[in-house]
Amino acid sequence: MNKNDLTRIEIELLIDAIKKRYGYDFSHYAQSSFRRRVENRLNALGLNTISDLIPRLMHDELFFEDVLVGFSITVTEMFRDPKFYRDIRTIVIPKLKTYPYLKIWHAGCATGEEIYSMAILLHEEGLLEQTQIYATDFNNTALKTAERGIYPLDDMENHAKNYYEAGGAKEFSEYYRTQYKSAKLKGFLKEKITFANHNLVTDGVFGEMHMIICRNVMIYFDKNLQDRAYSLFVESLIHRGFLCLGTKDTVAFSIVSENFEILAKRNKIFRLLPNAKLRNRIGEKHA
Amino acid sequence: MHDHFECIVVGVSAGGMEALKTILPALPANFSLPIIIVQHMRADARDWYLANHFNSLLTSTVKIANDKEAIENNHIYLAPAGYHLLVEDDRTFSLSSDAKVNYARPSIDVLFESAAFVFGPALIGIILTGANSDGAKGLKAITEAGGQAVIQDPSTAEVSAMPSAARNLCKNAKITPLPEIANYLIKVTEEKGRLI
Repeated sequence: MNKNDLTRIEIELLIDAIKKRYGYDFSHYAQSSFRRRVENRLNALGLNTISDLIPRLMHDELFFEDVLVGFSITVTEMFRDPKFYRDIRTIVIPKLKTYPYLKIWHAGCATGEEIYSMAILLHEEGLLEQTQIYATDFNNTALKTAERGIYPLDDMENHAKNYYEAGGAKEFSEYYRTQYKSAKLKGFLKEKITFANHNLVTDGVFGEMHMIICRNVMIYFDKNLQDRAYSLFVESLIHRGFLCLGTKDTVAFSIVSENFEILAKRNKIFRLLPNAKLRNRIGEKHA
Repeated sequence: MHDHFECIVVGVSAGGMEALKTILPALPANFSLPIIIVQHMRADARDWYLANHFNSLLTSTVKIANDKEAIENNHIYLAPAGYHLLVEDDRTFSLSSDAKVNYARPSIDVLFESAAFVFGPALIGIILTGANSDGAKGLKAITEAGGQAVIQDPSTAEVSAMPSAARNLCKNAKITPLPEIANYLIKVTEEKGRLI
């Protein structure tokens, strides 16, 4: 048996141990990325094998919480992919303005930079007052960072550049206060955001949303889990609701592909078709 | 165990366009192995421009790799700007927006290490011209899994830092001048096919 076959077995054991001990299921994650994150963690800890990780995870909950952070945090920016936000402004916002109130779900919000970007955009379009934003992630540590809304000052230059490319017309620095080497986003941006733990792998439908944003999350899932999450989104959207994905995500090859029309091809903005019906309901396929 | 090569991965940075223009058109139409390329570029680079350019030049299909797409023969794939490109056990791609590796996303190491894991001895890895050391570790992983490492002779590279770094870490790699890499690929893939 070669080294890679051993690694495959160890990854399976690790996933099984985490699932049985803590209930988090990584078996439908894209394995190459997951393996890379595990190996990064091994190197950081100075451990030699994945098997060495398992006993500590089993017996030390704080250690597990810490490892979990490394398994899920992705790197993001405010107004990441500025053209996406430009399309939101020109294509989606005019339609959102026809509703008396809005519910927006940001699934897999990580450390929150993109939620605040959306809040800024909604504020500038006069929609923030009548909007409730739900920001969810399965990683409590990331959620806490998101809720704090404090980011390194060094990153602000890049965030500002993105903001202007995204069509922002104000002084970006009006949206935060500088504290030492940090930038704290202003409180009014946070007032309409509810932060909550939700796991796309195991948790269910989340309210009746006008718009769901889930960017650069699906690439970490295998096809089965992608289908589960997309089905969940269809069920969680109102009639003619909007689904916004990452630049490299698409509903095109999923079980819900026929339920959506494409509003922005390159920037991955989709809208539920009238009379959209789920061909495979969540319960039947993934029970 | 493996009687033939199944895949080629290529890592290239500064000066990449010219290097790829030397190698890819020199491969014959019946050279069917899939070729997966990480060309370093900025996150907002127009990656499709590079793909379209080579697609019009070659008989193989050249495209930006998509998430979950199956790797096929007679195809040349480029990693998308702003994402790491990885290979899965079922010979499909997956993408990641994890932190940059060696200041790069896409990173050559990330592609090479994942491909080495999946293809083992059936993989050829090539490091071409470039200005940093990305790819050296990945190339080493390829040889450790039994695959074949090829490095552009640094003296024939537009920027020699990357092939030099790979050579320092990967002692048993085949050092090949740029104009001879295509012929070398033809030769090793034919030889290995005849061995069994």
